[in-house]
Amino acid sequence: MTAGELTTAAPGEVAVARAFAAPPAQWRLLLRKPAFLIGAAVLLFWVICAIFGHLIAPFDPLAQQLLNKNTAPSGAHLFGTDTLGRDVLSRLIAGARDILLIAPLATLLGAVCGTAIGLLMGYFGGVIDVVLGRVVEAVLALPVVIVAFLFIVAVGPSSLTLIIVVGFIFTPLIARTVRTAVLVESQLDYLASARLLGERPAYIMFAEILPNVLPVIVVEFTVRLGYAIFAVATLSFLGFGVQQPTPDWGGDIAANYGLLGAGYWWETLFPALAIASLVMALNLVTDSIEQVISS
Amino acid sequence: MTRYLLRRIGLAIVTLWILSLIVFFAGQILPGDPGRTVLGPFAAESAVRAYDHQLGVDRPLIVQYLGWIGGLLHGNMGSSYTYRSPVEPFIVSAIGNSSKLALLALIIIIPLGIAGGVLAAIYAGRWIDRLISLTGLAASTVPEFVSGIVLIIVLGIGLKLLPITAATSSGASIPDQLDHLILPVIPLVFVLFGYIARMARAGTVEALDSDYVRTATLKGLRRGVVIRRHVLRNALLPTITVIATQTGYLIGGLVVVENLFNYQGIGLLILNAATHKDFPMLEAGVLIIGVVYMVATLIADVLYTVLNPRLRVGVTG
Repeated sequence: MTAGELTTAAPGEVAVARAFAAPPAQWRLLLRKPAFLIGAAVLLFWVICAIFGHLIAPFDPLAQQLLNKNTAPSGAHLFGTDTLGRDVLSRLIAGARDILLIAPLATLLGAVCGTAIGLLMGYFGGVIDVVLGRVVEAVLALPVVIVAFLFIVAVGPSSLTLIIVVGFIFTPLIARTVRTAVLVESQLDYLASARLLGERPAYIMFAEILPNVLPVIVVEFTVRLGYAIFAVATLSFLGFGVQQPTPDWGGDIAANYGLLGAGYWWETLFPALAIASLVMALNLVTDSIEQVISS
Repeated sequence: MTRYLLRRIGLAIVTLWILSLIVFFAGQILPGDPGRTVLGPFAAESAVRAYDHQLGVDRPLIVQYLGWIGGLLHGNMGSSYTYRSPVEPFIVSAIGNSSKLALLALIIIIPLGIAGGVLAAIYAGRWIDRLISLTGLAASTVPEFVSGIVLIIVLGIGLKLLPITAATSSGASIPDQLDHLILPVIPLVFVLFGYIARMARAGTVEALDSDYVRTATLKGLRRGVVIRRHVLRNALLPTITVIATQTGYLIGGLVVVENLFNYQGIGLLILNAATHKDFPMLEAGVLIIGVVYMVATLIADVLYTVLNPRLRVGVTG
């Protein structure tokens, strides 16, 4: 997984800080970027598969045809069949659902918790900032894979565990970014006047500061989403995610890669390409957004 | 400097102690007990209890923790539940194997990543920059097992160029071992390339933009000399220190790659220990990884302070 990438400041953070300044007109520039359009199209394709997958799929992704095991791609089964005679294409289409549900939910969990902690740290400062800062540092001081590993081993693998683990890992990172953004806001006059008016801290934090740091959080969310898909796919491959027989790209690769030596390449190649296309598409979109913001 | 170093080492030790607590108690709340796991579902209840007693897992948690920590401090890492023998030989050989893989990856990636990043920065905004940046972005966002699978299929099965497992028989010659390690190393290199190239590019762009480079150019130095003497020196020191912080990622990458290529390293060891509920093996493996990670980040921090004169003055003064 991506311990280093997660713990070190992402290059995007500079762009994140500038997200404030982006006027709506700049967003229209996105539509003229081929990288953005290609990424968005691929993303849209997988989202449609995730929502309507079970209707589009030519076969039932769970149906086993034991007389048709490990058959190579053909007219009947475009991407072949796997060890249990299940249609690879159908499992590919249906498998989009879990990863596209788990990764955004995990990122959302991290964003919500991280935003709350970051707001508290940035707004109150002092003891709260120091104590929470130490906790954040302690979490970041452990290799990410170890944190994920221990958690999953202790609690047992499931979709919910995946969401909580990845969300937990993202929380300190997002908290750090939000804290910085809140500190910038704290210098501004509107906060001083809100305090003088005698507004309650909770009101100031969530009704006054939060809307102003929202662009930072949104950009941070899109960047983290890419890492989340990386992490979720990897943990599924290691057997810590969605369990068989539910169609899942990482899980299907784990179930079938032992047979690569026998030459059954289609059972793993197509799920691998699906994961690759999804993460690349997402990063093309994120990268284009960052470029537009920082230009 | 000494005070800073002592403080950092102190913090690292505290973090390690917290890790040992987390590791130990995460192991203890694992569902299922080791006696049942080792003896199987059909063993008699009394046999399971006797086995648990023999392992000592029926004692109070705090007694078990103190016993475990005491043993560790005397160099005794405990005994594997699965193999029923001390875990040290397994850990030592796994660390050795993983080091080979990690070292090979670093030897390839450091020059490659730096060259890519510097080249992209020098041609910033042109097609070479765009090509390197996009390749880096694409390569570093694809999980290792995905690129690994594609490599196995294309290079191992399609073209039959390379062996598809990393395991070699004991006593294999070094060229033979290398042959088996090439395929597993490539996914690690892919992910690291994007990151290191990005850091090197950012550092070089900043240096190219600086006043001292403008002065050097204006006093009539040739472009090549300016880049070699002024830009690279300033751009690469931070990049090199950043590489040390990548160990955390590398460890995660090892778990995946060793699993995919069936390579007996520390990653595969803890993965198997976790699946078989072999607590002593898991605990020892995770702690060793923790130590390696702490030492690496410590070296990175110290290097960064030593190499950056501005920080060094701030610390001693």
